[in-house]
Amino acid sequence: MLLEVNDLRKYFPGPSGWLGKAADHVHAIDGVSFAIQEGKTLGLVGESGCGKSTVGRSILRLIEPTSGTIRFEGTDITGMASRQLRALRRRMQIVFQDPYSSLNPRRRVGDIVAEPLLVHGIASRSERRAKTQALFERVGLRPQQMELYPHQFSGGQRQRISIARALALGPKLIVADEPVSALDVSVQAQVINLLMDLQTQEKLSYLFISHNLAVVEHVSHQVAVMYLGRIVEYADTKQIFDRPLHPYTQALMTAVPMPDPSRRRQKQHLGGDVPSPVNRPPGCHFHPRCPLAQDRCRSEDPMPREVEPGHQVACHLA
Amino acid sequence: MAPVLEVSGLSTVFHTRGGTVRAVQDMSFSVEPGELLAVVGESGCGKTMMALSLMRLIPSPPGKIVAGSVRVAGTDLLTLDEAAMRKARGSEIAMIFQEPMTALNPLLTVGRQISEMVALHENVSGKAARERAVEMLHHVRIPEPRRRAGEYPHQMSGGMRQRAMIAMALACKPKVLIADEPTTALDVTIQAQVLDLIDDLRQEMGTAVVLITHDLGVVAEVADRMIVMYAGRKVEEGGIGDLFADPKHPYLRGLLASVPRIGQPKRLQEIAGTVPPLSNLPPGCAFAPRCPSAIDTCRDTMPGLEPKRPNHLAACWVS
Repeated sequence: MLLEVNDLRKYFPGPSGWLGKAADHVHAIDGVSFAIQEGKTLGLVGESGCGKSTVGRSILRLIEPTSGTIRFEGTDITGMASRQLRALRRRMQIVFQDPYSSLNPRRRVGDIVAEPLLVHGIASRSERRAKTQALFERVGLRPQQMELYPHQFSGGQRQRISIARALALGPKLIVADEPVSALDVSVQAQVINLLMDLQTQEKLSYLFISHNLAVVEHVSHQVAVMYLGRIVEYADTKQIFDRPLHPYTQALMTAVPMPDPSRRRQKQHLGGDVPSPVNRPPGCHFHPRCPLAQDRCRSEDPMPREVEPGHQVACHLA
Repeated sequence: MAPVLEVSGLSTVFHTRGGTVRAVQDMSFSVEPGELLAVVGESGCGKTMMALSLMRLIPSPPGKIVAGSVRVAGTDLLTLDEAAMRKARGSEIAMIFQEPMTALNPLLTVGRQISEMVALHENVSGKAARERAVEMLHHVRIPEPRRRAGEYPHQMSGGMRQRAMIAMALACKPKVLIADEPTTALDVTIQAQVLDLIDDLRQEMGTAVVLITHDLGVVAEVADRMIVMYAGRKVEEGGIGDLFADPKHPYLRGLLASVPRIGQPKRLQEIAGTVPPLSNLPPGCAFAPRCPSAIDTCRDTMPGLEPKRPNHLAACWVS
């Protein structure tokens, strides 16, 4: 396993209560476990506020987890000192959603892509230039474009620049946090294909974070569905899409609008809002919106269990 | 049924330092009462500027509607004076936006904002206007509408705020509702609820809806007809069934092939390149530089809209 995450938790202090006493914590991640194999993609899917981005950032230790362990290439990196972390970050990188705010507008894009090489003191000036050129070509940009500034590129091209920067140090794992959500459909396909081609060429692993189930199905080998800080279903992509077992996964799948009017029908849509992670419902967090909820769901927390080989569900009824 | 909204030859330009940007060019279409017309396109195709032109909300200067007419129930909105137009907004034609947090006033309760709108348009007492606000919140399926009317926008979730904005837009029973990416900022499960609501309301109230979106899934879910915009122009128009089953313009064909679909994992088809800047359009068909089937004619002569089958128009030399 390239990455193993075990019982990861992150609690943020909640809004302070009476007389400055800290009130309830925000349980952003509440006991999340998963693993990613070399060369594979785990899709992490869920709605806003479910904790999926916090998971991504915790793995890189951009956010310090409250508890749990993260093992990368067999080494526990949870308590690693910052000096060691720096070496580690050559092996794991992140690509963010918004290519407009993740690139410094005042720097030439060639320098942006070369910066990781400079920071890690990897190559001489001329080597850096050659490497950057190669990176530009690999992500489908022309090396002549190295001299330009971010505003001279379209959203899709900027995301290519972010990907080139992430690739600069030859990482094994890339956390891709909604990498195509800000892009137009026609450009989205270009970036998805690029990420998938790079995976084949470089044996990259991805933690692919997205709210879009169709995109997640497309790129992932395995899928984990999150709801309010927990993984409610976790399986191989084919298993989970052929036979979604958690009522939340099922609801997400019906809610995704499909570009196919012949499949339009009176659907049963999920009612209610996503509850806040400060005030989580007791028992199964999903029960207030669940069409199948029973008494047990209102009081007793469902633990994840394996219902068929490799298919985990946290639901009393599945 | 006679159309309630008839747009003809609408053109909007922006005079900028970088030159004249032709945001909307020669748009014509009509919508019947209770019908839902989707206007689809990628960012920068002019769809939002088209919507704002219908409402006469184009920031001017630098923007200007330079040609065309926008008739709602026979009256051309473009000929009205500012006072009459202000009256028409809300009672004849109303609009909802992508981000309700920026469209609602954060300092006023939701109920107050809706009743203010009613009081401005109709000669009713304050009490009756407040009652109407509660009624409208109930109508958009907000639970406990009376309590919610006393809340401020920040106390509501994104989905709830979008419902409140729909309630405000529909409070004076406009004949036409323009919805500009109304569900783009929402989570999928909430998006599904809001789309259901818009679909129900147009049927109940007979409101004609123009839905601006980039999401073909959303279109397939709720629209009756669709217009595809590219670089400020309509390039294809037709019924949803025809357009999805047999798209005629290579742009729509490309768009449909580039969307990942659940249950159909295969390599996505890309459309090469990006949308051209509206200030610097190629001489012929604006899509030609990205088009896999472009021929020489496409590069120097702009194709007109032609019927490719009954009720299905496309502007393309090769299809």
